Amino acid sequence: MIRYAYIIPLLPLISFWINIFFGKRLPRKGDWVSLATITASLLMSICIFAEVFRAYDPNFKYHVAFPWLVIGDRFSLDAGILIDNVTAVMLMVVTIVSTLVHLYSVGYMHGDPRYNRFFAYLSIFSFSMLGLVLAESFFFMFVFWELVGLSSYLLIGFWFEKKSASDAGKKAFVVNRVGDYGFLIGIMIIFATCGVLEFDKVFAAIGAGKLQGQLLTLAGIGVFCGAIGKSAQFPLHVWLPDAMEGPTPVSALIHAATMVAAGVYLIGRVYPLFTPDAFLFIAYFGLITLFISATIALTQNDIKKVLAYSTVSQLGFMVLGLGVGGYTAGLAHLTTHAAFKACLFLGSGSVIHAVHSQDIQEMGGLRKKMPITFWTFIIATLAIAGVPLFSGFYSKDMILAAALEFGMKNPAHYILFFGALLTAGMTAFYMFRMVILTFFGTPRDHHKFDHAHESPLNMTIPLIILATLSFSFWFSPWFGKLVVKPQTVANVAMAAAAQAPAHEAAPAAVPAPAEHAAAPAAAHGGSNEAEHEAHIAHMAHSYAMYSSVTVGGLGILLAFGIYMLGWVDPNAMAERFKPLYQFSLNKWYFDELYEATVISGSKAFSRGCAWFDNNVVDGLVNLSAQLGVFVANLIGKFDNGVVDGAVNGVADMTIGSGSILRRVQTGKLFHYLFILAGGALVILLVKFF
Amino acid sequence: MGFFDSHILTLMTFIPLLGGALILCVPKGKDDVIKGVAAVASFIPLLLAVRMFYIYDRTMAGVNAADQFQFVERYSWIPNINVEYFVGADGISVPMILLTALLSFLAVIGSFGIEKKIRGYMALFLLLETGMMGTFIALDFFLFYVFWEIMLLPMYFLIGVWGGPRKEYAAIKFFLYTLAGSVLMLIVMLALYFNTTDPATGKHTFSLIHYMNQATHNSWIKGFDVRILLWLGLFIGFAIKVPLFPFHTWLPDAHVEAPTAISVILAGVLLKMGTYGMMRISFPIFPDITVYFAVPMAILGIINIIYGALCAMAQSDLKKLVAYSSVSHMGFCLLGMAALTPLGMVGAAMQMFSHGLITAMLFFLVGVVYDRAHHRQIDGFGGLGVVVPIYTGYIAFAFFASLGLPGMSGFIAEQMVFLGSFPIFRTLVIIAALGIVFVAAFHLWALQRVFLGPLNPKYANLEEINKREMFCLTPLAILVLFVGVWPMTVVNLMSVSLVRLVDLVKAVI
Repeated sequence: MIRYAYIIPLLPLISFWINIFFGKRLPRKGDWVSLATITASLLMSICIFAEVFRAYDPNFKYHVAFPWLVIGDRFSLDAGILIDNVTAVMLMVVTIVSTLVHLYSVGYMHGDPRYNRFFAYLSIFSFSMLGLVLAESFFFMFVFWELVGLSSYLLIGFWFEKKSASDAGKKAFVVNRVGDYGFLIGIMIIFATCGVLEFDKVFAAIGAGKLQGQLLTLAGIGVFCGAIGKSAQFPLHVWLPDAMEGPTPVSALIHAATMVAAGVYLIGRVYPLFTPDAFLFIAYFGLITLFISATIALTQNDIKKVLAYSTVSQLGFMVLGLGVGGYTAGLAHLTTHAAFKACLFLGSGSVIHAVHSQDIQEMGGLRKKMPITFWTFIIATLAIAGVPLFSGFYSKDMILAAALEFGMKNPAHYILFFGALLTAGMTAFYMFRMVILTFFGTPRDHHKFDHAHESPLNMTIPLIILATLSFSFWFSPWFGKLVVKPQTVANVAMAAAAQAPAHEAAPAAVPAPAEHAAAPAAAHGGSNEAEHEAHIAHMAHSYAMYSSVTVGGLGILLAFGIYMLGWVDPNAMAERFKPLYQFSLNKWYFDELYEATVISGSKAFSRGCAWFDNNVVDGLVNLSAQLGVFVANLIGKFDNGVVDGAVNGVADMTIGSGSILRRVQTGKLFHYLFILAGGALVILLVKFF
Repeated sequence: MGFFDSHILTLMTFIPLLGGALILCVPKGKDDVIKGVAAVASFIPLLLAVRMFYIYDRTMAGVNAADQFQFVERYSWIPNINVEYFVGADGISVPMILLTALLSFLAVIGSFGIEKKIRGYMALFLLLETGMMGTFIALDFFLFYVFWEIMLLPMYFLIGVWGGPRKEYAAIKFFLYTLAGSVLMLIVMLALYFNTTDPATGKHTFSLIHYMNQATHNSWIKGFDVRILLWLGLFIGFAIKVPLFPFHTWLPDAHVEAPTAISVILAGVLLKMGTYGMMRISFPIFPDITVYFAVPMAILGIINIIYGALCAMAQSDLKKLVAYSSVSHMGFCLLGMAALTPLGMVGAAMQMFSHGLITAMLFFLVGVVYDRAHHRQIDGFGGLGVVVPIYTGYIAFAFFASLGLPGMSGFIAEQMVFLGSFPIFRTLVIIAALGIVFVAAFHLWALQRVFLGPLNPKYANLEEINKREMFCLTPLAILVLFVGVWPMTVVNLMSVSLVRLVDLVKAVI
C-alpha cells in the first residue's frame, strides 16, 4: 500500500477540480465528491499507518523520488515522497480531522450559496496539507507551505462580503509571507552551501561540514521563521485570531488541528540541522508565545477567540518542547492537540450554530440543551487542561519534563520550565472559565437559550469521535517508541568547525539521521555520565508531572471558584486591575502597534516611491523633453534670425547690388566704351606697375 | 513538410505581413472579413510555432555556434555592405517565438471589439507581429535592427490613434524613448561593423555569431574603455525596453493609454526584447564587460523588484498597478541574468516566458472590467466577487500567479532566480526576496478593494465575462498552470543554450 502513497494527496486534488468546475451542477452540489475522496485518503492512510505500525521500527523509512527540474548536469531537483513514522502519524492526523470536518461541514454549511466552493476549498486544502506532510525536500515543503497558505486565505475569506473576513484573509496571507521570507532565506543559505534541497542530501552535506557554525544557526533560524509565520508564533501570531472569521469547521481543520501545526512539523522534519543556538532561539520564541497568548485568552469573551489564543499558546508549547530537545514531546503534543482542539472548535461551532452568537457572556446553561456537545467539550477541555488519563496530560507533561530537564542541565534557562508551568495553570483556568460560562450556570440570554438545540448527527458524530481520541491510552506508549529524536548533524558540523579532537566527533561517515535515529544517549560518553543523564531525566519527569497536575488542578479550581461559586466577582477584579485587564483584552496592542509602524510605514513609503516616480524620475524625463523643445525653439529662432537671415541677406545684397549695378546698364554705347577703356586702363596699370 | 519546416521562421515572420497587405485590399465595410483575415494571418504563425515546438532539437545549443542553430536561413541581402538575411532559432529565442505567436493570436481575438478604423488597426497590428517575430529570429545585427525599428512605427500609431485620453503624450513618449535607445544600438552596431572582419572573407560583417568570436575584433574594439562604452550603449538601449529603473517611466503611461490588446503585446512581448537583446547580443559579444558590470546589473534588478512593487502598491489605477508589477517582475530577469549561473539564467528566461503569460492575462482582465465600467479606479469598485464570480475567479488566478504562488509558472521562475543568484549576491538577494512580501501585499490589497467586501451597488448589474474574453484567457491560464507543475517542458527547450551562454560568458574570467 505504501507504494501508492502518492495517491493520497492526489485524490483531494481531483475533487477540487471537479467541485470548482462542476460542483454546482452535481447532485448535492458535489459535497459527496470531496467527502468520498478524503475518506479514500483516510483509508489509505490507515493502511499505511498499519504497515508502519506492524513494522514497529523507529527507523522506518520509505522514500521515492524522480527528477523534477533538471538543467543539464548543473542542477537537479527531485520530487518525491518520504514516509517515516512521523509522516505516517501526520497522515493519520490530517486525514482523520479532515474527514470529520468534511462530514461536519455537510451540516454546518448547509444552505450556503457557495456550498460547492466550500467543499472545493476544503479539498485543495487537504491536497496541499497532505503534500506538505509527504514532501521530501525543502523546495516542495515550501511549495505546499504556500499552497496551504492559499487555501487558508480562501477559507478565511470565504464569506468575503464581510469586510472583516476579507481583511482577515489578506492579513493571514501577508503575515505568513513575512515568515516565508525568512524561510526562503534559510532555504537559500542551505542551497548556496550544500547545493541540494532534498532533506536527506542536505543533512548528509551538513554532516560533511559543508554548512556549519553561525551560518548553520542562521539557516536554522531562517527555516524556523517559516514556522513562526505558519504556526502563529510571536511576533507573527496576530493573524491567527483574526482567521476565526472563517467558517468554524475551517477554524477546526486549518487553524487549530493541521495547518498551523505545519510549522511544528517543519521543525520536526528538519530537526537534525538545528544548532544549540538555534534551538535556544526556538525555545524562547515558544515560551514568549505561549505566555503572551495565554494571558490574552484569560479575558476574551468570543468563544472562538479564546480557542484561537489557546491554539497559539499550545503551539507555543510544542515549539518550546522541540526547542528544549523534547522532539517526541513536541510532536506528541501536535498529535494530541489536533484531536482535542478540533473537538473544541467543532463543539464551539455546534454552540454557535445553536445560539447564533459567539459571545460567551450571552450563553450559559447550555449543558442540558446540548448534552453531546457538552460532554465532548468537557472531555476535550480536560485534555487541554492536562488532567491525567487525557491525551493532553500525556503530551504536555512530556514538554514540561523536557523543559525542566533542560533547565536542570542549563540552570540559566530555568525560566523555560517555570514560564511554561505557570501558563499550564492559566490554560486550565481560561478553558474552564469558558466552559463554565458557556455550559454551566443559568442562561444569561433567554431568547437565545430558548432557540438552542442539539446539533444534527453529522455534526455530533465527529465530536464524539474526536472526544474519544482525547484519551491518553491511544497514544501511550507506542508514540514514544516510534517517534524518537533523530541524531543531530549540526553538532558534527560544530565539532568540525572547532577543530575538535577526533574522538569527540561522531563517526566519520554520517548516515542520514533517521537511519540511526535511536542512537542511545550514551553514544560517546562514559556510562556514569549516561546514568547521570537518565537520572536527571527521570527526576525531571516526576517533578514535572507533580507540578503540572498541581497547577492544572489549581487553575480548574480557581475557575470554578470565581465563575461558579462566586468567591470573587470577576467584574470587580477587572475594574481593580483595569490597566492589566485592558492590556489583555486588547491583545497587548499588537495590532495597533503593527498598524502604526510597519503597515503605515510601508504604505507611506510606497506612496513616497510613487511620488518620487511621478515627480522626480518622470519629471526628469519630461524636463529633458521640455529642454529638447526649448533648445529646438532656440535653434528655430537662430535658424529664422541668423541662418535664414544670412540667406535672406545674401538675397538682399544681390538685389541691392543689382539695383545699384543696374544703373550701369544705360544702353548707351558711349558709356560702355568709356567703361571698357577705363577698365583696360586699370588692367594695364595693374599689370605694369 | 520539408519546405515548411526549413522555412518555418520566415513563414512565421512574413505571413502576418502578407495578411496585413491583404487587409488593405478588403473593400470598405467588410469588418468581419478584416477580422477573419487578421485571425488567420496570426493563427498560422501559431500553428507553425507549435510545429516548431515539436520538431525543435533540444540538444543543440546555438548561441555562438552557427552550426548549432536550427531552421537556419541565410541569404545575402545587401551584398556591397555584406548584410545578410540570416535567421535561426536556439534555446534563447524559441520560447520567445512561441510566446509571440501565442500572444499575437490572442491579442487579435481580443481586439475584435475595436470599432474605430479596424482596417488600419489590424494591418498595423500584423506589421507589429512581423517586427516582433523578426527581432527574435534575426542573427544578423542589421536585420535585427531593421526588425527592431519596424516594431516601433505600428506601436506608435496603435497607441497614438486607438489609445486613451492622453494617447498622444504616451505615444510620443514611447516613441522617442525607444528611439533614443535604438540610436545607441545603431552606434554600437556601426562600431562593431567597422571593427570586425569575417575571418573567412576578410570583409566587414553584421553577423552576431561572428561578433561573439573575439578573434574577429580588431585592436581598437579590444580596448577596455571602448568595450565599456559599447556595452553601456547596448545596455541602455535594452534597458529602456525592459524597462529598467530609471528608464521605466514610459511604461506606465504607454500601458494606461494603450488599448487592451496592445498593452498585452507591449508587456507580454516587447519588454522581453530588452532582456532578450542582452542575452543574444550584449552578453556573448562583450562577456568580459558583462562580468565587470554583474553587480550593478543585479542592483538595478533589485531596485526594479522592490521599487516596482512599492510603486504598484500606491497606484489607484488598476492598469497602472499591473504596469508597475511588470516593472517589478522584469527585475527578476535581470537579477537572474546578472548572477551568471545556469540556474539564474534559466530562471531569468523562464521569468520572461512566464511573465509574458501572466501579464497578458492581467492586461486582458483589466480590459474586461474597463470595457464594462469605463474606469479602472481601484477604490471605485467593491464586492464585485458576488456579481461576476467567473471573472473574479480568473483575476484571482492571475493575481496569485503574479504574486508567485507555487504550482504556477511565476513561482518556478522566481525561485530559480533566487536560488541561482543567492550564492553570488547574498546580501542583495536577501533584499530582493523582501519583494515577495510587498508583491503579495499589493496584489491582495487590490483584489480585496475591487472584488471583496460589501458590494458597491453601482455595479450590481455588471456583465459577466463573455466567451470571447474567456477564449483569450483560458489558454494562458492552462499554460501558466502546466508550466508551474511541469516546468521541464520549457526548461528543456532552453537549458542547453543557456548553459552554453553562461559558460561562454564565464570563460573570460
